[in-house]
Amino acid sequence: MAHEVELQTAGNMWKVMVKTGDRVQAGDTLFIMEVMKMEVPHEAPAAGTVTAVNVHEGDEGLDAGIVAVVIE
Amino acid sequence: MKKILIANRGEIACRIVHAAKALGLETVAVYSDADEHARHVSLADSALRIGPSKASESYLVIETMVAAAIASGADAVHPGYGFLAENAGFARRVADAGLIFIGPTPPQIEAMGDKERARRLASAVGLPVVPGSARFAAGELDGLSAAASDIGYPLLVKASAGGGGIGMRLVEEPAQLLKVAEATQTMAARSFGDGTIFLERFVPKARHVEIQIFGFGDGRAVHFFERDCSVQRRFQKVIEESPAPGLPATVRARMAAAAVALARSQQYRGAGTIEFIVDAVSFEFFFLEMNTRIQVEHPVTEAVTGHDLVVLQLRLAAGDSLADITQDVLAARGHAIECRIYAENPAKMFLPSPGKLNTFVMPPPSVHVRIDTGVREGDIITAYYDPLIAKLICWGETRGAALETLDTALAATRIEGIWTNVEFLRRVVTHPAFVAGDVFTGFIEAHKQALIG
Repeated sequence: MAHEVELQTAGNMWKVMVKTGDRVQAGDTLFIMEVMKMEVPHEAPAAGTVTAVNVHEGDEGLDAGIVAVVIE
Repeated sequence: MKKILIANRGEIACRIVHAAKALGLETVAVYSDADEHARHVSLADSALRIGPSKASESYLVIETMVAAAIASGADAVHPGYGFLAENAGFARRVADAGLIFIGPTPPQIEAMGDKERARRLASAVGLPVVPGSARFAAGELDGLSAAASDIGYPLLVKASAGGGGIGMRLVEEPAQLLKVAEATQTMAARSFGDGTIFLERFVPKARHVEIQIFGFGDGRAVHFFERDCSVQRRFQKVIEESPAPGLPATVRARMAAAAVALARSQQYRGAGTIEFIVDAVSFEFFFLEMNTRIQVEHPVTEAVTGHDLVVLQLRLAAGDSLADITQDVLAARGHAIECRIYAENPAKMFLPSPGKLNTFVMPPPSVHVRIDTGVREGDIITAYYDPLIAKLICWGETRGAALETLDTALAATRIEGIWTNVEFLRRVVTHPAFVAGDVFTGFIEAHKQALIG
């Protein structure tokens, strides 16, 4: 089953920790947004393999709700 | 001094424009790409672009800021708060360019910016600092229990190389001391490569109380009483008030005198704030740090004293000796409370919520209600800067009256398009413990269920 990790808030991408093909465990940090001077980490909802990473470090003005990472 | 450049954005930039206009000074705003159409830009007499949206490429770039000041023909620079406000290098560059820096001298900013040095300077003029022991190197614990009884229990065993809550353990009673000290040394040696520890007093229920001071740069200094800023989330202040509820007059007076002594000893120039941690039970107080800038919560002090602190900053910078501002003319009247309205979702651990202010309605200002904001309906609260939408400051003859006005004003506030903490703030200011004045730094955590649940 595929898990789509959406951005919880609009903002900028600070750090991306995973790339396509990586194995992740539930709770692993996938990427950290920088929003209003705060770090907003996003974690893997389940274990699996990363099949898509649609965000890049330094991306600015991202909208809430876009699918950033897909895990299968 | 005829023209000032405001090296900031948002509500504080707007606030400084108002003070400058009151004195007949011309103002120059600066803006990043995200702020091209911001309120502070439209309020100022002129405006200059300083770079891309990211603060690190615009509001934080010293050379660009100084170049903008020179290009605009300004003869002074007001840094506001945040960004470059407590950057001694910036203050020095401004002065080197032949411009007036509206704030303390670079050495004063440096001295207070170094927390350990600030602690020593404060201690040297008699300010109490949190009691602590000498250091105990790994395996050397001679004199530990004597040092512990000098400090008193409960206390913290801290790794010298630790920080931010890491390498810190609580000891409630003497029987636990040795075991915890040894364990902390072992842990510190393993984690930090240095097993040195020391002991420090632990304040289980603490309040954050600060004294607003103003120095004239020649050894004279006055205080503008205190503000209680205990209600915080994620170390960020949410509600500030003056006077501090339930703080005995003698304690208040001793804190103010201590703050003035520190300001005098530094020949401090301009507005500053001396922060204390106060034991909510015993009212013992300890110096925490000094902020060498105008603070977000300064309107609380203005509401009770009737003095405009930014106007005083500008007058001092312009060469006025402020002979009319002496301690005996300063008095606090009534009670003022400020709420910070943030773009955030309290139900989701205060997750930031950038977006468009489709609706932004606040009650009209009056003698009892003041609103400081940097945005208008239709503006976008961007992800680039802090989440502050507006500061709502209410004044009343009594704390009860101020609280009532505040709740009414919050009820009349309508913000749509983004999440805000308005409903959360209403719950705080109407919570029985807050109404009773039982504030402390763990307030939000302790009452989480009622405030967020």
